[in-house]
Amino acid sequence: MTSKEILKVRGLKTHFKSGKKVVKAVDGVDFEVKEGETLGIVGESGCGKSMTSLSIMRLVDEQGEISGDGVYFKDQNLLDKSEEEMRSIRGNQISMIFQEPMTSLNPVFTVGEQISESLRIHQGLNKSEAWKRSVEMLELVGIPSPEKRAKQEPHELSGGMRQRVMIAMALACNPSLLIADEPTTALDVTIQAQILDLLKKLQSEFNSAVIMITHDLGVVAETCDNVVVMYSGKVVEHTHVDQLFDNPLHPYTQGLLKAMPRIDEDVDELYAIEGTVPNPDNLPKGCRFAPRCPIAKDICHEKLPELTPLESGSKVRCFAYTDEWNKEESQNGDINKEAAPSQGN
Amino acid sequence: MFIFIVRRVLQTIPVLIGVSLVVFLIMQMVPGDPAVLLAGESATEEQVNQLRSQLGLDQPLYIQYFDYIKNVIQGDLGTSIRSNRPVLDEILVRLPVTIELAFWSIVVTVVLGLLAGVISATKQRSLTDVSIMVAALIGVSLPNFWLGLMLILYFSVQFQIFPVSGWGTFAHIVLPALTLGTSGAAIVARMTRSSMLEVIRQDYIRTAKAKGVKQRYIVYKHALKNALVPVITVVGLQFGALLGGTVLTESVFAINGLGRMIVDAIRMRDLPLVQGSILVVSALFVLVNLIVDISYKFVDKKVDLN
Repeated sequence: MTSKEILKVRGLKTHFKSGKKVVKAVDGVDFEVKEGETLGIVGESGCGKSMTSLSIMRLVDEQGEISGDGVYFKDQNLLDKSEEEMRSIRGNQISMIFQEPMTSLNPVFTVGEQISESLRIHQGLNKSEAWKRSVEMLELVGIPSPEKRAKQEPHELSGGMRQRVMIAMALACNPSLLIADEPTTALDVTIQAQILDLLKKLQSEFNSAVIMITHDLGVVAETCDNVVVMYSGKVVEHTHVDQLFDNPLHPYTQGLLKAMPRIDEDVDELYAIEGTVPNPDNLPKGCRFAPRCPIAKDICHEKLPELTPLESGSKVRCFAYTDEWNKEESQNGDINKEAAPSQGN
Repeated sequence: MFIFIVRRVLQTIPVLIGVSLVVFLIMQMVPGDPAVLLAGESATEEQVNQLRSQLGLDQPLYIQYFDYIKNVIQGDLGTSIRSNRPVLDEILVRLPVTIELAFWSIVVTVVLGLLAGVISATKQRSLTDVSIMVAALIGVSLPNFWLGLMLILYFSVQFQIFPVSGWGTFAHIVLPALTLGTSGAAIVARMTRSSMLEVIRQDYIRTAKAKGVKQRYIVYKHALKNALVPVITVVGLQFGALLGGTVLTESVFAINGLGRMIVDAIRMRDLPLVQGSILVVSALFVLVNLIVDISYKFVDKKVDLN
């Protein structure tokens, strides 16, 4: 808790306007990342986790409008930066790794050229210096015979190799923050583990903070220190990774954990959260999870709860943790007894 | 790569044989007896027969064909009936003119087309984009001879910037090259635009942005090189077409190129000259396509050439 916050996101919104409709992909997101920390952002498809990361980098398409109180990176608000200033930050101080290693590398340039490019832009290295450094980076990410590989084009490499190249590219300029957007989703399970290990190893070597975006709670358990759970464009819970698994707070998080198959349990049917994610251009009036929530009360359908800090240091966006809860007439009973994940009985 | 080139060159042989056969047979089907035509109206039956056997026209078709091919391989395309000079010499006089004209027309096509296409794609749905696409539509629709005449009217007659017709200096090339290059430029512009729009949406463009690459480099380096493959195809086909089919423009600008020569030869029933020049034009077309195929590999090594 002593280390400095490197990224502070406050009230971040990314709205897409199409005709009269406004799609609120990211709708008031707050979180912070400390130096050297790995923060996981989890949630199901379409909850806005990838869009949040693209918004931090200001890489959202022109139709998307980014607003908010600020995205403070080393105390500078990225939302106030010019495009030119953003360019000097991208790939240099904040880097990104994407989900699809098969398509994220340019097919007509060698991988060496693609890694060199960042170094030449941001560190002003000349061609041969940049190339040398690129080969070193390839070696660092565990690619055998890096000198030969540097001269190859992406289609000559396997998926796992390409993701290693992406990592080499992202870390080439030694960024303070690395955003990994589902870096292992497209890979085989064995390769997944290798890539995660590599990221962990390099993170401690480079002392970068990492935002790990994933829908895989296994990846979270493996890599993260703290976790942000997103639902429908909002943060619903921000907690320590141990807390997340031992004592999930938000009914949505509880549902997610309950839906995860366990190796020590034998069940006929896996648990599923009922209903579907609300359409981002037609959101419910109150809490966005209320229509699917097993413990929702009237207030949940009327008012949107705030992200409330608790004594444990965690934050949760749910009326069940506020004073207002007890004033409401209970419909389905108490949260901790019924909605908490069953503990193997 | 080397094996590919060799194989690709060998593949052109059957194509060329096919072309020679088709040209040969078509010439046989053209009405009119070249011997009669050549001997003149006052010639006797005996004289015509003598000429016919002298030219080998009384032999069976396949023998005529094999004789012809045998000579072609030795570099002898026959003798022009009209001028009595070797066909190859006649062609070699006209070919450089046509190639020069085709080259500068392609320069116009590529430079104008690529630039317009890229600008259009990067400013999608803007007024610039719409204007360029409307201009491209007009460019594709304009008949060559009309555009040529209009260019002469304004730039030669009215403003007297370029010569009206003829050949020799660079100034002579400008108007015909513009005339011939315009429709190609319009096609290339449309092709480049759609190809670029597709490429710009790809993941690797987002990666380049996330690396902090400047917009200009993203467009002209990362995107354009990927967008080039379909454009090369169009440019290659255009160039091939220009080598043989610029008759109208050559006529408008009074340029003594290959196209005009072929038309004249057809009118005169100068069989060997027609045959020879069509064979040469076809061979050039095949050569251009070969170059296009090989250049794919240089642009995008992932292209499977087999």
